[in-house]
Amino acid sequence: MAGVGQTTYYKHGQSPHAESRLALEAILNACADAGIAPEEIDGFSSYSNDRNDGPRMAAALGCRELRFSNMFWGGGGGGAAGAIQNAAAAIAGGLADCVVAYRGLAQGQFGRFGRGAEVGQVSGEAAHTTPFGLMSAAQMFAMKAMRFMHDHNVERSALRAIALASYQHAQTNPLAIMNGRPLTPEKYDDSRWIVEPFRLFDCCQENDGAAAIILVPAERARDLPHPPCYVLGATSGGHYRAGAPVHNTPDYASSHFKTVARRLYDMAGIEPEDVNVLQSYENFTGGVLMAIVEHGFCEPDEVNDFFSIENFLAPSGRLPLNTSGGNLAECYMHGLGLTIEAIRQIRGDSPNAVPGAEVSMMIAGPMVTPVSSCVFGSQATL
Amino acid sequence: MDVELLKPLPVPTPVSLPFWEGLAEGKVRLQKCDACRTWVFYPRSRCSCCLSDQLRWRDVSGRGTLYTFTIARQPTSPHFASDTPQLLAVVELEEGVRLTTNLVHVAEADIRVGMRVKACFERVSPDITLLKFQPA
Repeated sequence: MAGVGQTTYYKHGQSPHAESRLALEAILNACADAGIAPEEIDGFSSYSNDRNDGPRMAAALGCRELRFSNMFWGGGGGGAAGAIQNAAAAIAGGLADCVVAYRGLAQGQFGRFGRGAEVGQVSGEAAHTTPFGLMSAAQMFAMKAMRFMHDHNVERSALRAIALASYQHAQTNPLAIMNGRPLTPEKYDDSRWIVEPFRLFDCCQENDGAAAIILVPAERARDLPHPPCYVLGATSGGHYRAGAPVHNTPDYASSHFKTVARRLYDMAGIEPEDVNVLQSYENFTGGVLMAIVEHGFCEPDEVNDFFSIENFLAPSGRLPLNTSGGNLAECYMHGLGLTIEAIRQIRGDSPNAVPGAEVSMMIAGPMVTPVSSCVFGSQATL
Repeated sequence: MDVELLKPLPVPTPVSLPFWEGLAEGKVRLQKCDACRTWVFYPRSRCSCCLSDQLRWRDVSGRGTLYTFTIARQPTSPHFASDTPQLLAVVELEEGVRLTTNLVHVAEADIRVGMRVKACFERVSPDITLLKFQPA
């Protein structure tokens, strides 16, 4: 991972700049961070139907040659590690030598993300959901979390611990939108219901901005300005019929990581206890809940004990979680901000660095299909 | 001036028409695969288990259990603002398929995952009846 770049983060609809400019700025910032000239980039990897396609970015950046231009299927943030997977695969397969994974979003320019479509007639699978008023990710995912919490007697304090950790970490991150706006248990408990079991602070922000990460072959690591950070593994997908419409996936109360997580550990050659710090995508806290369980950090019936603010806080918690503030409190850049934070933890320049972190995991987009996860490691892990 | 927004309505297709016609008659109708005996929802051309095209419509009881639910207090579209709080639910029918629905004739405090429910039919236009559920 040669370099990372972000723009200023804005509340949704408040970017003064066009979306493509945000994406280009983030890429230029990542180039500067990596000490790499923009013209060297020969591959583009994005996700979530990003509008800033590779050919347009390559032309704007003056890239000498375009060799890889790739979109990870699926909505939301399911590809925030998938874009890393595809970029790394392209490099490992000799398809490109310098790939940028990126995501840009300006919702003032293009309309609000995740809002229910205002249409009079619906056909296909939507004919069996939309007429009942089921139109948003929040509603769909609330029902998955509700069933999981029912099956395993999960208390709502588990969700609260996730939100509190994200907000507390944001207080030392100057880039975070919620920097200077701490969250207390009382404020969480008093916040309004959105879609049960989710209160306001269980739901991610919606933001404008862009983020970018540059990957190069591992042999170049020594020539780069930052301490080396390697991709140890990156996997994506879903279990049998995970994407079956209208709630008919056989394993419903799931974040969809059961197969993806196992393959990730096998690829990286590690186990959950080897992970020093975790970034886990919060579209909603209920997704983090199931994703942490499905990545093997605790058993489903241990959640009420494991999910505590003490366990999740850097630097010394048992599993420091979302150490930049994450989607809840740093910025909702569809998870790419979390991927950047996972890299910073290996480089040692996180705003909430975990001392001696050698293995850092990022989990992307729980409950969508496909989902993805990746693991980064320091020089010592090779 | 108050303008009442019309809620989105399903458009029956050649494949799904028997489902919607059944609801209009007060019946829950599902497809069952003649090849592997799997019940199928939503309406399909081929079985979602074995890919056979031998799917036959059957009338079923419309009874099942509440698989999961949410109480949505923030409408995502102005069309449903007057229905807030929305009682959104997934019901698992006795045949094993799951469908999206709304709970009706139930107090919020009485809703429980696993509770027994039965079909009720809400006519929303001359051609369309929606399948909703109430405590059995």
